[in-house]
Amino acid sequence: MLRRLATALPLIGALALVGCASDGGGIQSQKMAAIKSRGNLICGVDGKLPGFSFVAPDGSYSGLDVDFCKATAAALLGDPAKVTYRDLSSSERFAALGSGEVDLLSRNTTMTLSRDAPGGNALAFAPTTFYDGQAVMVPASSGIQSLKDVAGKPICVETGTSTELNLADRMRELNAAYTPLKFQSGDQTYAAYLQGRCVAVTSDRSQLAAKRTGFPNPAGHILLPDVLSKEPLNPATVNSDPAWADAVRWVVYSLIEAEEIGITAANIDAKLAEAEANKNLAQLRRFFGVEGDLGKQLGLPADFVVKAVKAVGNYGEVFERNVGTGSPLKLERGVNQQWRQGGLMYSPPFL
Amino acid sequence: MTSRAEDPPWWRNRRLLPWLVQGVAALVVAVVVAFLLSNLLINLTARGLLLSWSWLGNPAGFDISETLLPFDASLPYWRALLAGLVNTLRVVLAGLVGATVLGTLVGTASFSSNGLLKRLARIYVELIRNIPLLLQLVFWYFVVFLALPKGSAAIQLPGVVLAQSGLFLGSPELVNGVWRAPLSFTVEFGALLTGLVVYSAAFIAEVVRGGVASVARGQWEAASSLGFSSLQTLRRIVMPQALRVIVPGLNSQYISLAKNSSLAVACGYSDLYSVAETTLNQSGRAVEVVLILLGSYLVIDLLISALMNGLNGLVQLKER
Repeated sequence: MLRRLATALPLIGALALVGCASDGGGIQSQKMAAIKSRGNLICGVDGKLPGFSFVAPDGSYSGLDVDFCKATAAALLGDPAKVTYRDLSSSERFAALGSGEVDLLSRNTTMTLSRDAPGGNALAFAPTTFYDGQAVMVPASSGIQSLKDVAGKPICVETGTSTELNLADRMRELNAAYTPLKFQSGDQTYAAYLQGRCVAVTSDRSQLAAKRTGFPNPAGHILLPDVLSKEPLNPATVNSDPAWADAVRWVVYSLIEAEEIGITAANIDAKLAEAEANKNLAQLRRFFGVEGDLGKQLGLPADFVVKAVKAVGNYGEVFERNVGTGSPLKLERGVNQQWRQGGLMYSPPFL
Repeated sequence: MTSRAEDPPWWRNRRLLPWLVQGVAALVVAVVVAFLLSNLLINLTARGLLLSWSWLGNPAGFDISETLLPFDASLPYWRALLAGLVNTLRVVLAGLVGATVLGTLVGTASFSSNGLLKRLARIYVELIRNIPLLLQLVFWYFVVFLALPKGSAAIQLPGVVLAQSGLFLGSPELVNGVWRAPLSFTVEFGALLTGLVVYSAAFIAEVVRGGVASVARGQWEAASSLGFSSLQTLRRIVMPQALRVIVPGLNSQYISLAKNSSLAVACGYSDLYSVAETTLNQSGRAVEVVLILLGSYLVIDLLISALMNGLNGLVQLKER
């Protein structure tokens, strides 16, 4: 029922936009015009997930999802601080986006066909900012090395999630018997695990890593290498405003591209000066908007890449700061590595 | 000229009028119900949510931690729901027996001549019935049962092992760090059963106390003057009379216990509600699953009610 409602709302939102004039100099985007006239970007986040979006005691937000809100605000408005955050639960997120309550949804949302399709939730997904997957956590002292070793033992699972199904599928593939202990809330699930009732607990890799930071002894728990499902997490906008979706898409790509060509928040000023001085660095000049009109084609300022990278750094910096090995989550880059390093982060050319 | 008294006009007809009023009322109710039903049907059809039951035959795809009926993920949804229902019935039946025994003991203890016993019974009732059941279940599960030692440190008696994973009877053996036995009860079942029994017994004790108190003091005195011991008095004289008051009160306590068993999900027991929740999430058939849930609990409670009404008929005074 709620899902149907969430499907209907973007359509209503789209109808409401039909027939409105645009002032974007050829770029037809009601949303971007609205954000510019409002002077800030409204970004839907989770707000309770360390590493992705988390509210500090002083009310400031931080995390990987939050950084993409900041980068987008910097690219469009020139200031990463011009963001209003809305904490959304997983059931209200699509309705909030569809009704226009938030401009951008950057809330660890898995891209799926039904969420993308016009006949489904009708979202427009930006590129994946984090490749997640269902994983299994065990106490380091248990000696369990892979999912096969869990056979015959109890595993804690939260009910009402696709995790149950993924776990059952994989254990059947391995032909391993197991006992799923199901709890209604995440808190109960992790409490039972910490009490030692289950030898393992399963959820999304990033969720497990985030929850682990709150354990009495985070170092005493390890994530098994097995990946039980694909969960690509992408920022999203609505289908009805393709120009806005394109702008967000290329802001995300700009951070990935920046990492690939070695531009960081620290060296961007030097690189920019170098590009301005040297006419032979054509690729870099286009990327920074020193020449060409890439930004204008998107309805963004010519130097949107410079603004975005200055605000949050390149993709690698964003990852390391929030969820990487130096952060409390201690996640390896894994498939989130650049394509040249064998990962999946790959930006199309800025041409 | 005298004329035969004519029938009064229809609006003053004392025989017709009541029928007319009842008829109109029934018609209005029927129209309202029909309107609501057709509205529901139209809206469900428009959203593609029209009741369909064929999905019950699709493979469930998820596992259930403990079942009396054999179950695995390749079996259809209806088998999963049935396994959940059997799990619910299992804890409800055990709970009814346990709560009745404990409740009766505590209820009669409050009439004991032993002051300490009497005081303890009152403290028990007041403590337990004033704390929400959900909190008690969480307490029993996380604080009491999960604190049991595990693995080889478990409490071991000949033929019996009590470990963090459960109670094992028969000839328990430790295989690869996991206890196995021909007959076993998990701690999830144990915590839920304990919670339900302890909670319901407090209310049943009050019902029993009320029943016993309803028997006149003179009955006790008369029995004791005839040389009955106090236990004999209770069994032969007081209880048969008290049961007339107790049984109707017990009925609603039993029904509450059956409904409260749906809190099982708080301590990880796979009852009907827990299985239904997973089924709902995976099949997306929310309306049907909720209807199945409503129907199942209704049938369980009506059955308990019918049995208790039968019992009530037996214990009432036979007037001839």
